[in-house]
Amino acid sequence: MGEKIATREAYGKALAAVADKYPELVVFETDLAGATMSKYFQAACPERFFDMGIAEGDMVGVAAGMSTCGFKPFVNSFAMFSAGRAWEQVRNSVCYPGLNVKIIGSHGGLSVGEDGATHQCIEDFAIMRVIPGMTVLCPCDGYEMQQAVEALINYDGPAYMRLGRLAVETVTDTIPGYKFEIGKGIVLKDGTDVTIIAVGMNVQMALKAAELLEADGISARVVDMHTIKPLDKELVLKCAKETGAIVTSEEANVIGGLGAAVSELLSEEYPVPVVRHGVNDEFGRSGKAPAVLEAFGITAEGIAAKAKEAVAKKAGQFSK
Amino acid sequence: MDKKMLSLEAAKARLLAVTMVHDAASGHPGGSLSCIDALTYLYFEEMNVDVKNPHWEDRDRFVMSKGHCSPAVYPVLALKGFFPVEDLKMFRRIDGHMSGHVEMKYNPGVDMSTGSLGQGISTAVGMALAGKVSKKDYRVYAIMGDGEIAEGQVWEAMMAANKYKLDNLCALVDVNGLQIDGKTADVMPTEPLDKKFEAFGWHVVKCDGHDFDSLAAAYKEAKETKGQPTMILAKTVKGKGVSFMENQAGWHGKAPNDEQFAVAKAELEAVIKELEG
Repeated sequence: MGEKIATREAYGKALAAVADKYPELVVFETDLAGATMSKYFQAACPERFFDMGIAEGDMVGVAAGMSTCGFKPFVNSFAMFSAGRAWEQVRNSVCYPGLNVKIIGSHGGLSVGEDGATHQCIEDFAIMRVIPGMTVLCPCDGYEMQQAVEALINYDGPAYMRLGRLAVETVTDTIPGYKFEIGKGIVLKDGTDVTIIAVGMNVQMALKAAELLEADGISARVVDMHTIKPLDKELVLKCAKETGAIVTSEEANVIGGLGAAVSELLSEEYPVPVVRHGVNDEFGRSGKAPAVLEAFGITAEGIAAKAKEAVAKKAGQFSK
Repeated sequence: MDKKMLSLEAAKARLLAVTMVHDAASGHPGGSLSCIDALTYLYFEEMNVDVKNPHWEDRDRFVMSKGHCSPAVYPVLALKGFFPVEDLKMFRRIDGHMSGHVEMKYNPGVDMSTGSLGQGISTAVGMALAGKVSKKDYRVYAIMGDGEIAEGQVWEAMMAANKYKLDNLCALVDVNGLQIDGKTADVMPTEPLDKKFEAFGWHVVKCDGHDFDSLAAAYKEAKETKGQPTMILAKTVKGKGVSFMENQAGWHGKAPNDEQFAVAKAELEAVIKELEG
């Protein structure tokens, strides 16, 4: 535990590290190689790196065509543009034919910071998740990202993965028996009163929230749900049954993302109080990343407050 | 294959196209009939494909970027032998896999699913780029509509094909001059097409899209052009081959009723009979 590295940095390095191992791997960029960190692959393997200019829709289509010839393309941009601008190309040219293209969305969420709302994509989880057959990932730290990259290369089919801009503490490297598997969440800390199901860098916040809750006598379980779709139903149901209250936490709109996925499952299979922590259906704003996150309540304290709300609801205390 | 035989295959494809749209009571006859000659030329003369091995990795590829022209693609593939002509009966049916727009998953011979305009040409660029990276000498062909090229993505794809000098890529614009809302010149003027594509780094060839000698010369010139992709601007007639559909925007996406179908069928059968005679 400890090393701080941005998941985009870990992603770029992991991709470059396996360039020789996977000769069918090809990487596409839209003029953001130094930001999405595809630059590492570019340096390692220039002959399989293609900068398509600022043209995300075309990039996705070109990658789709190339995948039909046996290549395994990873396409890169900011989440706002790979998931947002190119959404329809992702749907119709990649997902409908079921092609093996990996859509990478860097700089997801509010932690983009200074660039402001136009570049702070809080909708990617929702809009990628609703496409039939799509897999949606967001690893929480560098160690997990490294393994997610290779898992994605070996996964045959369309997938979206969000990367974060900020350096974040590595928390998964010390988990005994840790094994990354698409669609399988990981219990990072056990607890009995409430489960915090988090994704991305909210996982680290959730671990801190659990410490804050501990001081208040609340035992919180923390789950790293690196795969939003397909959701690890078994684990979510187990947590609902064992702790009776759930908080979901994501650096995204509370509508349509992880919180929605968990709520949809539990409302049908095992209703318990679910409180969604995230961005409350509003656009972000410019500012230093920590200040922006603070302004929108995307903090350990914000999660702890939601956890207390969930525990109160479990006890039957619903506010009128 | 000589010109007469190509004309015969094209006439058969036209009859199948009109039949499947009539039977499905929906579909897009106009633009399908305008590009059927080019498509027939590609599959019966130009392209290196193997109907017994549709996924052969060294095959030439084709992308129908204007995916609504499935009534051109499916009949030509059936006549070529990729699947039985009887399968065309399943067009647009809930109990079949022959979707309204061109669909690769269940139809042998289809190299890419298309339908959303402007996207197919990017996938063709990707296939051509793949050929360059893997040092294979297959060629990639695409057909676009002249209404379709209003999509911005088309021009993104043009730039990419120029950047990577994709001389293994040859696209054709089916210049029939009409789209759903009327004349292309009125809906969104795109001329001068030749200068536009040239400015984007493509070699441009003009041809008569209903004359097999003219198509042959254009595709030959494309194959001989090195260091840049080729765009064929094929002048065509929307609804070509069915008298009452010719040059009528209204037949873009409408099925003939029984009476109209009988007329169309008689016209096309007469052409087939003459060519067979």
